[in-house]
Amino acid sequence: MKHFVTLTRNRIALTMRNRVFLFFTLLMPMGMFFLFASVFGKGEPLMVAYLLGPVIALTVMGSFWGLSASLVMYREQGILRRFRLAPLTAADMLASSLAANFILTIPTVVLEVLLARWVYHVTQFGNPLSIIILVSVATISFAALGLIVASVTNSMQETQIICQIVWFALLFFSGATFPLATLPKFVQGLAVFLPATYLVAGLQKAMLLAQNPWMLKTEIFVLAAWSILAFFISTQLFRWEPGEKVTRNAKLWALATVLPFLILGAWEIKYGNVQTQSRSIYRMATAAGEPAPANAPEPAARPVPSRQAPR
Amino acid sequence: MSNPILQVENLTKSYGAVEAIRGVSFEVQEGEVFGLLGPNGAGKTSTIEILEGLRRLDSGRVSVCGLDPQRDPEKLKREIGATLQATSLPDNMRVFEALKLFASFYERRRDPEELLKRFGLEEKRNAFYSKLSGGQKQRLALAMALVNDPRVLFFDEPTAGLDPQVRREIYDIIEELRREKKTIVITTHYIEEAERLCDRVAIVDHGKVIAQGTPRELKQRSGDTTRIEVRLAKPVSVETLKGLDGVTDCQAVDGAFLLHCPRPPQAIVALVKHLEAEGNELTSLEISTPSLEDVFIELTGRRLRD
Repeated sequence: MKHFVTLTRNRIALTMRNRVFLFFTLLMPMGMFFLFASVFGKGEPLMVAYLLGPVIALTVMGSFWGLSASLVMYREQGILRRFRLAPLTAADMLASSLAANFILTIPTVVLEVLLARWVYHVTQFGNPLSIIILVSVATISFAALGLIVASVTNSMQETQIICQIVWFALLFFSGATFPLATLPKFVQGLAVFLPATYLVAGLQKAMLLAQNPWMLKTEIFVLAAWSILAFFISTQLFRWEPGEKVTRNAKLWALATVLPFLILGAWEIKYGNVQTQSRSIYRMATAAGEPAPANAPEPAARPVPSRQAPR
Repeated sequence: MSNPILQVENLTKSYGAVEAIRGVSFEVQEGEVFGLLGPNGAGKTSTIEILEGLRRLDSGRVSVCGLDPQRDPEKLKREIGATLQATSLPDNMRVFEALKLFASFYERRRDPEELLKRFGLEEKRNAFYSKLSGGQKQRLALAMALVNDPRVLFFDEPTAGLDPQVRREIYDIIEELRREKKTIVITTHYIEEAERLCDRVAIVDHGKVIAQGTPRELKQRSGDTTRIEVRLAKPVSVETLKGLDGVTDCQAVDGAFLLHCPRPPQAIVALVKHLEAEGNELTSLEISTPSLEDVFIELTGRRLRD
């Protein structure tokens, strides 16, 4: 436990010195925030509140990039070997990088909320407790996903490719970039299998419908279960040595990460209402924008406006 | 010489079809500097990393400070310090920060300030790891190996890739540790390093210990006679050279001939006379006192530095 604290502190200090990391954790999310709020949201408070969900989700999900890249770099350069000589465990190393990432990501999220309040005059943040819980759980789970990606790839290049693919899927099929309600039906069908979908939907329900943590228990539970599972798997797959290659078994283990969302997705398709809920929240946010000087705020999804039509 | 602090018995290790270690045995006494001398790929690093608990052995028995590295890696790590090959620190970690961080992992520890001073890194205290020279990086690695005041130190090729002047700096540091009666295991493929730093040496080749003893013992074993290495313009048989006055033995190594000569002046005269008579010519001649290199050549028929 003592090692965990010193390692976390050291990790934060090193990361703060890294300009590339600061770009990804601070500048890029900020850019996204202003782009979403002023271009897609046209500065409408309700629309900005609606878009805050995807913006926060993107900020939180971005964790997995940085963590997978730094873990692979540490392994390939033989840095982990040096740490291995000290009485440290894989869990010490991994938990400290998750904790450091958490501490460095949260201020960005707070800043986004404050800017929404000050610049775009958003006054309704729904249920703050729900937001805090969702953000916390998701920050850990997406970062743990990054650790798994690092453990099943053998080189920086492989890691980058896998990260691109995962990022692309999370970005475009989950409602994080384009509101789910505006996406084609088959994408909406895919979305129910993606963790990002539940994060975005949960954040929007907390913010716009002021749902409390109990009402969001499915989202919170699944993300929490996922973060524990992902952390456990990442400790199992952890490799100290650059020479050690990933075994086929390890790759199968990594696949187990998607299990919770396969189950949840199947359940959603049969009984769930993520899709209809997201549609009604979207209508609520856009309807309020109607009387504004500009026309109804068009989220990025121009090519499929017909999807907004009721049923 | 009764209570070895480190024991290796019939150690073997394979990587797939490659047998890296094929039955290595040796013991190290407390306060001794022990060297594993051999060419690259002889199995030295594999052996030392098994002792550090970083690799698993296939068969044999290993004990360090009375601990089994495989069963008690956590306890063992508190007792040992090491420098590794192919390792690094994060580019943007500062020198003192690294020492303090690693010291924090141990209950028994040395003062990082004192280590900084002792290893001449005071001026580099706040420098990033990426800004250090090769010698400074190695000095930091040695300092880090000492943060927990270990009972046994492992230095894997401590001067590989360093230029001669920096290498001598590292020798001075290790010699100082030797005077303090630290137990140290060093791997190296430099003769000079083994002769100068080690109390005892095991010569390793193809995963086996082919000779073991103090540098002096090993050299005596190979006759302790002066070596004359000659290159000739025309080929000559080993037998002819062996028959020369003042020459006791002769070996052909890489196109040169290595003459063992108890009485060098006599041998040189005999050699020159012979060459004149045969119309042969001398292209080079080098006189040396026997070194561990000669021991290696005698045992393997090859040079150490390939």
